[in-house]
Amino acid sequence: MSETRQPVIEVGGATVRFQAETALDNVDFRMFAGEVHSLMGENGAGKSTLIKGITGALHLDSGTIMLDGAPANFAGPAEAQHAGVRTVYQEIDLLPNLTVAENIMLGREPRRWWGIDWKAMQREAAAVLDELGLDIDPGTLLGTHSLAVQQLVAIARAVSGELRVLVLDEPTSSLDTDEVAELFRIIRELKDRGVAILFISHFLDQVYEICDRVTVLRNGHLVGEYLTRELLRIDLVQKMLGRSTEELVLLPRAEVDVESEPAILETRALSSSRVSDITLVLAEGEVLGFAGLLGSGRTELARLLTGIDRADGGSVILDGKNVAPGSPHRAIGLGLTYSSENRRTEGIIAELTVAENITLALQAQRGIFRRMRQSRQRELAASWIEALGIRPASTELRAGVLSGGNQQKVLLARLLALAPRVLVLDEPTRGIDIGAKVEVQRLVGELAENGMSVVFISAELEEVLRVSSRVMLLRDGRAIETVPSDQLTVDTLLAMIAKPDDGS
Amino acid sequence: MTMTKPAVAPNPVASAVQKFLSRRGSWVPVFAALLILIIMFVGAQAYFGNFLTPRVISSLLLDNAYLLILAVGMTFVILTGGIDLSVGAVMAFTGMLGASLLRDGSPVTVVVPVMLLVGAALGLGVGILVQYFGVQPFIASLAAMFAARGLAFMVSLSSIRVEEPAILWLQGTRIQAAPGSWFITPTGILALLVVVIGTLVLAYTRFGRTIYAIGGNEQSARLMGLPVVRTKLLAYTISGLCAGLAGVVFTAYTGASYPLNGIGTELDTIAAVVIGGTLLTGGSGYVLGSMIGVFVYGAIKSVISFLGAEQSWTRITIGGLLLVFVVVQRVIVARSSRR
Repeated sequence: MSETRQPVIEVGGATVRFQAETALDNVDFRMFAGEVHSLMGENGAGKSTLIKGITGALHLDSGTIMLDGAPANFAGPAEAQHAGVRTVYQEIDLLPNLTVAENIMLGREPRRWWGIDWKAMQREAAAVLDELGLDIDPGTLLGTHSLAVQQLVAIARAVSGELRVLVLDEPTSSLDTDEVAELFRIIRELKDRGVAILFISHFLDQVYEICDRVTVLRNGHLVGEYLTRELLRIDLVQKMLGRSTEELVLLPRAEVDVESEPAILETRALSSSRVSDITLVLAEGEVLGFAGLLGSGRTELARLLTGIDRADGGSVILDGKNVAPGSPHRAIGLGLTYSSENRRTEGIIAELTVAENITLALQAQRGIFRRMRQSRQRELAASWIEALGIRPASTELRAGVLSGGNQQKVLLARLLALAPRVLVLDEPTRGIDIGAKVEVQRLVGELAENGMSVVFISAELEEVLRVSSRVMLLRDGRAIETVPSDQLTVDTLLAMIAKPDDGS
Repeated sequence: MTMTKPAVAPNPVASAVQKFLSRRGSWVPVFAALLILIIMFVGAQAYFGNFLTPRVISSLLLDNAYLLILAVGMTFVILTGGIDLSVGAVMAFTGMLGASLLRDGSPVTVVVPVMLLVGAALGLGVGILVQYFGVQPFIASLAAMFAARGLAFMVSLSSIRVEEPAILWLQGTRIQAAPGSWFITPTGILALLVVVIGTLVLAYTRFGRTIYAIGGNEQSARLMGLPVVRTKLLAYTISGLCAGLAGVVFTAYTGASYPLNGIGTELDTIAAVVIGGTLLTGGSGYVLGSMIGVFVYGAIKSVISFLGAEQSWTRITIGGLLLVFVVVQRVIVARSSRR
């Protein structure tokens, strides 16, 4: 296939090394105006490194970047932004302490002789938001908004002003279905304006829906560039993983007869400010999925079950006994453990080693006076590293340098080291690559087979269905119904979630 | 049926409060400080009967002009998430330097700019340590504090009287500010001017907004392409410059310079800024709040002297108040991060 058009951005022979490790090895990459391009690969494939190279956040050790055929060596993000190359990063990187308007306009605020013209700034920000069809008051502080809205503001910031290349790094990971549709509408509009868009997502459906072209990376090497419509999904996954994909297709689901198995955890009319009147039953060895949109109360319920937040009313019953998991410490003591959806801020402690991260909760539970010996810590960590297949298999590495998938496994190991009765996993596969995702899913299945009860929360309905034996549907803080997952398909589940609430 | 929170019946007052909080939530601690100041005024007036007089009120400004100037500079630094422990010592050093230069016959038109420049240079030094050598602001400014204190002793071990009329004029001139016995001195005007300039710079310049951005999240500010390095250096330079100006004002206030001047003043300054509602983690706070913080500090001192109690009670009260404010701040931060 020959392309005669000139690419907007063309990277040649990009190489980046971090000490001994080569993160990017002689990679070629190009983007065309008016096209949505996807960069695919597992975590550690070099996607982030390549993006940082393009957007000036990182200097290439060797290789060239051409913007419109002219060499572009951005000294920093500011220069790249000025040249019209903008990024919305995976972790929202705006300023919660400033107003929405400032977050959009910062660095190019309208000014008069006496300084920043706040009125004009509000107006321009409102215009940008309006253009994107977003109804957000530009005068409000960003921190008062939900993560999803903050994400949209980040995109508004990127698209205001003259834009050549827009990089969206995992933009959909915290958006619900409506918001994703909204984002895609915006992407198509920008595409029509001739912007080259780099869309990075772990959601294959979304990649196939929106992208024209795919570049696949693996272990820092270029696998190839393809047109999305000519590339079968199964082939794409194969290229990303570099191994057979049959494991994607088959996944044993823990078969539990809820009627006959004893219930380990029950709630009666559990309520708080965010959820109301939740009654659920979790059997031994069962995986119960929570399905619902962002804000449906799925995370809030998980936090109530595990003592992170306190319930206002109702009861939690463990083994037939009324318990009140009023604090995480007490909940863990009861065997109720929680893995947060915010892996980076409420999970992994990046500065500590893998061994310390794994033994952290156990040590906390033992208390300060029963300190685990270093050798014991390492031994314990090493056994979990082996059991869960954490890569690289080192106890002494800082946890922050691990890929997302491996960090998630470290978190899982931390909880499993507590020998819990119930595992509540909130979005354990968010933002990690397909290979790791499958591994986490399989781990959950194995744990359930060995008698562990798991609550599994995910925004991906397909995943919830694959992993769970029953699915509890949440909407507006209420449990709508609980259905065995073999009676559900993604489409029927979606329909149930999307069904308008007729109760009020 | 039980309703969840967002569905609560629309109450015009509640929604107005909601709107105010989502737009101006960061002013709440400033109002808290103002409330405390008013409560102190009312309480002291009720107790003493003669507290709310023009003399006492204007002395809040006139006796604490140097502190107010330091607090404005400190606000810039704390807003970036840093701290400047050197300001008290820098004030003492520039005061000593100025006094000795004046004694040796240098003209005041040279001496005052030198004092300001030396202050700014010391501030820039702290900024360079923080920015280019990755030293913790606490440590970098601690080093600068010892250095400046040492330099002050090097100038002279004993007090130097200042007889320069232009300097003494700054404190000695009493200008009628309002009918009655409302007076203000040039030092007071200077301090208020610094407050006004500080407020405008923080609210209406890119530099000012970048200060807030850095305090919000330095990494994000960098990724947004904001000039983080320049801004941080400038913030420390401004704090140093304010310390130099405070040196001028304090020299005028006492009519002499003494190398032990201003010991612990950096802590008073930080206390005033924090009481005024500026978050020690950076990114939230106002110069006006710091001014209220200084007035709260001054009012506590006045109340203690009205009571005829030991001035050590000032420290104890400030300590207690500081504790309350820091706890309140933690609550605010914890609540906002829960969203």
